[in-house]
Amino acid sequence: MTLMPSSLAEVQEAVRTYQHVRPRGGGSKPALSAPLEGQTVLEMTGLTGVLEYDPGEYVLVARAGTRLAEVEALLAEHGQYLPFDPPFVEQGATLGGTVAAGLSGPMRQRYGGVRDFILGVQFVDGQGRLVRGGGKVVKNAAGFDLPKLMVGSLGRLGILTEVAFKVFPFPKATATLLVDFSGLEEALEALYRLTGSPIELYALDLLPPATLALRLGGLPEALPARLERLQSFLGQTGQLLQEAAEARYWRHLNRLPLGEGSLVKVALTARHIPDLEKALGSTPRRYLSAGNLLYLTWNDEPDRLDALLKAQGLSGLVLKGTVARSQLGINLEHVLGHKVSRALDPQGKFSLHAPLP
Amino acid sequence: MSYSLDELKRLFPPGRFLVKPGELAPYESDALTAFRARPLAVVLPESHEEVAAAVRWCAKHQIPYVARGSGTSLSGGSLPIDGGLLIGLNRMNKLLRLDAKERLAVVQPGFINLQVSNAAAPYGLYYAPDPSSQPVSTIGGNLAFNSGGAHCLKYGMTSNHVLAARVVLPDGETVELGSESLENTGPDWLGLFVGSEGLLGIATEVTLRLLPRPETYHTVLAAYDSLAKAGEAVAAVVASGLLPGAMEIMDSLAIEAAEAAVKAGYPLAARALLIVELEGETSQVEAEARHLEEVIRQSGAYEVRVAQNADERMKIWKGRKAAFSAVGRLSPDYIVQDGVVPRSRLGQALAEIERLSARYGLRVANVFHAGDGNLHPLILYNGRVEGELQRAEELAGEILRLCVALGGSITGEHGVGMEKKAYMTEMFSEDDLNAMQRIRQALDPGELANRGKMFPGEAPALRFHGAHPLEKAGVISRE
Repeated sequence: MTLMPSSLAEVQEAVRTYQHVRPRGGGSKPALSAPLEGQTVLEMTGLTGVLEYDPGEYVLVARAGTRLAEVEALLAEHGQYLPFDPPFVEQGATLGGTVAAGLSGPMRQRYGGVRDFILGVQFVDGQGRLVRGGGKVVKNAAGFDLPKLMVGSLGRLGILTEVAFKVFPFPKATATLLVDFSGLEEALEALYRLTGSPIELYALDLLPPATLALRLGGLPEALPARLERLQSFLGQTGQLLQEAAEARYWRHLNRLPLGEGSLVKVALTARHIPDLEKALGSTPRRYLSAGNLLYLTWNDEPDRLDALLKAQGLSGLVLKGTVARSQLGINLEHVLGHKVSRALDPQGKFSLHAPLP
Repeated sequence: MSYSLDELKRLFPPGRFLVKPGELAPYESDALTAFRARPLAVVLPESHEEVAAAVRWCAKHQIPYVARGSGTSLSGGSLPIDGGLLIGLNRMNKLLRLDAKERLAVVQPGFINLQVSNAAAPYGLYYAPDPSSQPVSTIGGNLAFNSGGAHCLKYGMTSNHVLAARVVLPDGETVELGSESLENTGPDWLGLFVGSEGLLGIATEVTLRLLPRPETYHTVLAAYDSLAKAGEAVAAVVASGLLPGAMEIMDSLAIEAAEAAVKAGYPLAARALLIVELEGETSQVEAEARHLEEVIRQSGAYEVRVAQNADERMKIWKGRKAAFSAVGRLSPDYIVQDGVVPRSRLGQALAEIERLSARYGLRVANVFHAGDGNLHPLILYNGRVEGELQRAEELAGEILRLCVALGGSITGEHGVGMEKKAYMTEMFSEDDLNAMQRIRQALDPGELANRGKMFPGEAPALRFHGAHPLEKAGVISRE
C-alpha cells in the first residue's frame, strides 16, 4: 500500500496506524525505497517547500520532501549551493532521501559531506511522535546531535519531515583539469601529494585506471595563476575544461552514470584503492573526494561484492538494483546501534528487514 | 571503606585511586567555579581496560560517575557528582599514531588539543578546532562537548574533525564508532556520540582528521565608532560572497580590557573592533583581500590595519584571545554565556543585551564570533556583594532566552552541562527532550554517566568561589 501524506499529522497518523512503514522521497535510489512485503510506503513528496532561507545567514530550512533541484535553483539565484554536492538532482532526489541515504558528491572534497552541513532535523519517531534536534543556526551545541544521527539512517530511526542545512557561496569561477598518469601508482602518488599540500580543490576524483579530475574554484582573477601552479605541481598540463563544458562535465556526473547494473556506494580511504583496483576488474567505478568515497556499478552476484568488501574491511550500500539487502561488506551493527534504534522505534516499524510472516 | 569501594581500590594501584579529602579537592569543580561537589573517589586509569573496569564497577554498584579531562568546561560539564566516582583521564595522554600521509592522528582522550597541531606541524598539517582552552583542554573533553573555536563557520566544530572513537558504554561494553573514511554507510552513530556531554559513554581512543596548514593568512583589523557598524560590516562581507576563516568583534569594554592586559595596540577610541581573517592559497587570498578591502572601506570603518607579517597578525590575535582573562582586570568576577543568534539578528541581540545590562545594573562586555553569530557576553559582577552572583545568573538566563527567541541556540560551543540545563526547555519541546532521554536511558538505564547534566532537573545551589586557579594563572580563559 502507498500513502501520500500532505501534512505532519498524516505522517504521524500513518506511523501509528500501520505496522511497517517505509518512507520514499523521489525514488532516485530505488534499492533503498522499494518496499518489502508488508510495508506501507509513505510518499514524502507531498511534504515540500523551502520554509526559511536568508542568503545572509547561510542557512536553508525545508520540508524533507523538497526536491534538490528546487533547492539548488533557489540557492543559485543567490550565488549559493549545497557544498556536499548531493547526487541525482535531475533524477528527482529529495533532501530527506539524500540525508537518509547519506549521499554526497565530488565537491564534498572542499568543505565536507552531508553530515558536515546538516544543522537541524524534524522527524516522526516509531511511535508517531514529532521530534526535533539541532537548530537553525550555523553553530549549536545544545542536546544530542540528532541531525547527524539521521545521516545514513536509511529510514530506520524515523521519518524525516524537515531538515536545516548550512549553505555556502558557490565559487565565482571554476575550472577542471583532467590529468592522466602512467599508472595507478603514479596517480595515487599525485593524489597524496595534493591532499597534503595547501592547494585547495573543490573536487579530487580518481578515474581508473589512472586519471585525476581536479576542480579548482575561487575568484576569476586568481584562477589562471592557480591553474598554472597546479599544472606545475603535477608536472603536466592535462586537459583543461572551462565554462559551459566544465559545468556540463560535472552536471553529467551528478547522475553517477556508471552504466546498467547495481549502483553501490562504498566508504573507504585512498589506502584501500590499490587492492580494490586489483579485485574490481572491469567494474565501472569512480573514486571521489581523494579516495574517501567510491561509486561503482556491479553486474555480478551481490554476494561476490559482499565478500570482496568484507575482505577489504569495507562497507557498501546498494542504491539501485534489486538486492535482498542494501548493506554490503563488513557488519556495522553494534550494541549502541541496536539500543538507539529500539529507543526511537520500539516496535520495529522502520525495520529494514522483511517483517516476519 | 565500604566493601564495594574496596573492590574498586583493588583495580587501581595507590596513587591512582584517591579518596582522601585533600586529594579530592582539586576535582571538586571545573571552570564553572560557581558549582562544587565532592566525589566519593577519583580514579586515574591509564588504559582502555581500566576505564572499562571502573565503568563496570559503577554499573554493578549503581554509582554515578563523571569522566573528566583538564576540567576546563565552562558549562559545569565535568562537575563531579556528590558521592559519585570521578574518572580522571589526564594520564591517558598519549599520541598513539600520527599518519601524515593519511592525514590523521590517533590519540588517547587526555591528549591536549594544541599538542595535536604541534605534533602535526612538521608535516605541514594541523588540527582545525581551536577552542581558546586549547593549550590545556583535552581531546576527550573537546569530543564530549563538541568544542568550537574561532573558525567554525568555514571548518565546523570538533564533530566535523573526528573520524572514529573507541567508546566504553555506560554498561562497560566497548564499541568502535566511525572509521578512517570521511564517509559512512549507515546511521552516523559517531555523530550522535560526539557532543553527548559524557552521557553516552567515555571515548578511550580517538581518531582525528588533520588538514594542511593554510598557505597564507590575511588579517584585517577595522575600527568603528559603533557596534552596529561593525555588525553591518560582517553582513556585508558575507553578502560579498567571501568566506573568511574567522570574523570576530570586540566592544569598547573588551577593547579597553585587552589593551590594558597585553597592549595589542588597538585603536582605543573605537566603540567596536572587527577582525577578519582570510586564509588559503596565496593568489586566491590576495584576490580576496582586494575585495575585502573594498567592503571594509564602504562599511564606515574609521581606521583599518592590515597585518603585514606574522608578528603583526599574532599581535592582533593576542588582544582578541586575551580579552576574556583581561576582563578580570575590570571586575573581580564575571560569567560568560555563549548563545547563538542568526547573523542578521546580531545588532538586535547586542542592543537588547545593552538594555538588559542597564536594567540589571551589571556591566556586560562583548567579544564574539561574528561569523557564526556566536555571542560571548561577559557579565561582570562582584561575588562578594550579596546577591550579585544570583543577579548575574538571572541576566545570563535572560540573554539565553533572547537568543532562542531570535531563532538561535542557548549554546554554540560550551555545551549545556549543569549550567544551561534549565534552559533546554526553551529550545526543545517535551517530545524532543523525551526522545533524547530515551536514547540515553536505552544505553544507561540507571542514568549513571554524567548524571544531572544536560537534561532539565535539579541543580546544586550556586556558590561564589572566585576564578579557577588556572584562570587566575592566565593559563585558560573563558570563551
